[in-house]
Amino acid sequence: MIARIILGLWFAAVIILAFALPMSAHPSRWYELPVIPGLEEKARIVFFHVPAAWLSTVCFVASMVYGIRYLRSRSLESDTKSAVAAGLGFLFCLLATVTGAVWAKFSWGTFWNWDPRQTSIFALLLIYGAYFALRSAVEAEEKRATLAAVYTIVSAAIMPFFMFVVPRILASLHPQPVLSVQGKTEINTMMLALLLASFAGFTALSLWIWNIQVRIQRLELKQTPVFPGG
Amino acid sequence: MFVLGTTTIILFSIGGEGIGADVLSGMLWVVIFFSSMSGLSRTFVSEEERGTSLTLQLMATPAAVLGGKLLFNIVLASGLNAFVVILYFLLIAEFVLKTYSIFVLTIVMGSIGLAAAATIIAAIISKANTKGTLFPVLSLPILLPLLIAVIKLTSMAVEGVAFEEAMDEFQFLVAYIVVMVTVSYLLFDYIWKD
Amino acid sequence: MTITLEALDLKKVFERRTIFRNISFLMSEGQSLVVTGRNGSGKSTLLKILAHVLTPTEGSVKIFSGLHNLSHSSHLHIGFVAPYLTLYEEFSGKENLQFALAVRGLAQDAALIDRLLDRFSLGGFKHAPARVFSSGMKQRLKFAFALVHRPPVLLLDEPMANLDTDGINQVRELMTEHRKDGVLVVATNDISDAVIPDFVVDLNVSR
Repeated sequence: MIARIILGLWFAAVIILAFALPMSAHPSRWYELPVIPGLEEKARIVFFHVPAAWLSTVCFVASMVYGIRYLRSRSLESDTKSAVAAGLGFLFCLLATVTGAVWAKFSWGTFWNWDPRQTSIFALLLIYGAYFALRSAVEAEEKRATLAAVYTIVSAAIMPFFMFVVPRILASLHPQPVLSVQGKTEINTMMLALLLASFAGFTALSLWIWNIQVRIQRLELKQTPVFPGG
Repeated sequence: MFVLGTTTIILFSIGGEGIGADVLSGMLWVVIFFSSMSGLSRTFVSEEERGTSLTLQLMATPAAVLGGKLLFNIVLASGLNAFVVILYFLLIAEFVLKTYSIFVLTIVMGSIGLAAAATIIAAIISKANTKGTLFPVLSLPILLPLLIAVIKLTSMAVEGVAFEEAMDEFQFLVAYIVVMVTVSYLLFDYIWKD
Repeated sequence: MTITLEALDLKKVFERRTIFRNISFLMSEGQSLVVTGRNGSGKSTLLKILAHVLTPTEGSVKIFSGLHNLSHSSHLHIGFVAPYLTLYEEFSGKENLQFALAVRGLAQDAALIDRLLDRFSLGGFKHAPARVFSSGMKQRLKFAFALVHRPPVLLLDEPMANLDTDGINQVRELMTEHRKDGVLVVATNDISDAVIPDFVVDLNVSR
């Protein structure tokens, strides 16, 4: 109960701060956010777009991990977790794509440009869609779990191709990552703090939803009528 | 038939206008993609439909079955694609190549990559209930990196880029093929055996 | 080297219903086992698991030659006959048998193929496609198909299905012969079908 309230307040705080903190060209006070030329106020969407994109990838990996677990243990519980993670991932992917398109409209003029990152998130969307199409096309539980797990592994295998190599083939319009791989931060501290807070909030939210969904599925698993003698 | 039909449609829509290299390259691979979708799943789906899947399981190791099906699909894809390419050249006058070496290698490697990805997906959908539309739905995301690379390479061939400069993209293709084949072999057991 | 067939704690769950559990046995050459049970009790399921074409939910099945685990090449050591097995309809009897040897990477043996076809009264139809066979002929071809690679382990699921008296006698002969120096497992509803077995697994009770 308390956790829920805290989560609610946390998220409310993040949203308010994201919009309320003043932006100035040369942030001097600790609570000021830098201005990105050309974007100004509209840049605030970054606090929702980036965590959503991150989380959709995290959920994708989680789905794959549980898929692998299923293949090794044949435990339907692992398959449930895999499916729920995929559901959440799909949701965040949708959010990320939409917020990304909105940002694109402001920064570059059109909603969609086939910039490699956009293409990748779109591919992820397609993968999630395909995953659920596959699940609904197989009736036998064990077979469904096996095929779904296999598909997550195959799609995970091609993800690196999207992330690292396609950008070298197609020109990129995305802003250079301000947090480079080496961990050096060029980003304004307040912005970073808010970004991380948003990410934490999103993560907590998804864990909560995940927990509930898994428990629902577990109950459904128990409830389904079993043939006599089983 | 499918290939003829689509190429004709493309011809009509171009109608003699000048089309950029990019668009022509893209369309070529669209035709190739869809003709693969109609052909490459047959090898597994027909076994399931005829009930000889069990028979095959009793006679060969999963690795052997995958190897055989993969080889068949590579040959089929190569044949299909060669046909598409020839038709494309004959019917679309604007499609002129400057660097043949890039194009030939792209078609060859593209066919292998296409077959590699399509085979494992075909195995997956052959065990599902609604096979027809599921195959393209599952294949497209998996094939997307390959398609992006080969379309770019085809454009390069039309524009006359030097062979050496396409090395990066060819490395990409090699990596893709290696990954797809490896993943297929590792996962096939789980799909194939009930 | 003695061939042994080992089943350890086999359990199969399907759609959350436990078909059977705790099935264990150890058989070697010269022994036979009969699996009995009502329709739907899981006889075919168990046989498929023994044939290495179905994965058990728990437990394992292995084939040994001495101490050497042969399970990875199970296709070379197992012959399987079942009503739901389908042979290649476009091939003739002879071609089906040739194919069975070729896919397994074994040398062709025309004499053996002819002998098997004659044994099961299919000699006259060597070159006709299996498509035109009667159900009895198809069943007999399945036996030839299961024997052509001379497997030590023979798994028969409802072996008498579709057969007339002559066919039944041929199968009885085969079973008697095979259990002398091979491992024989028969799944059937009718105990009188099989010669007296060394072991019986009754799936009516193993839940």
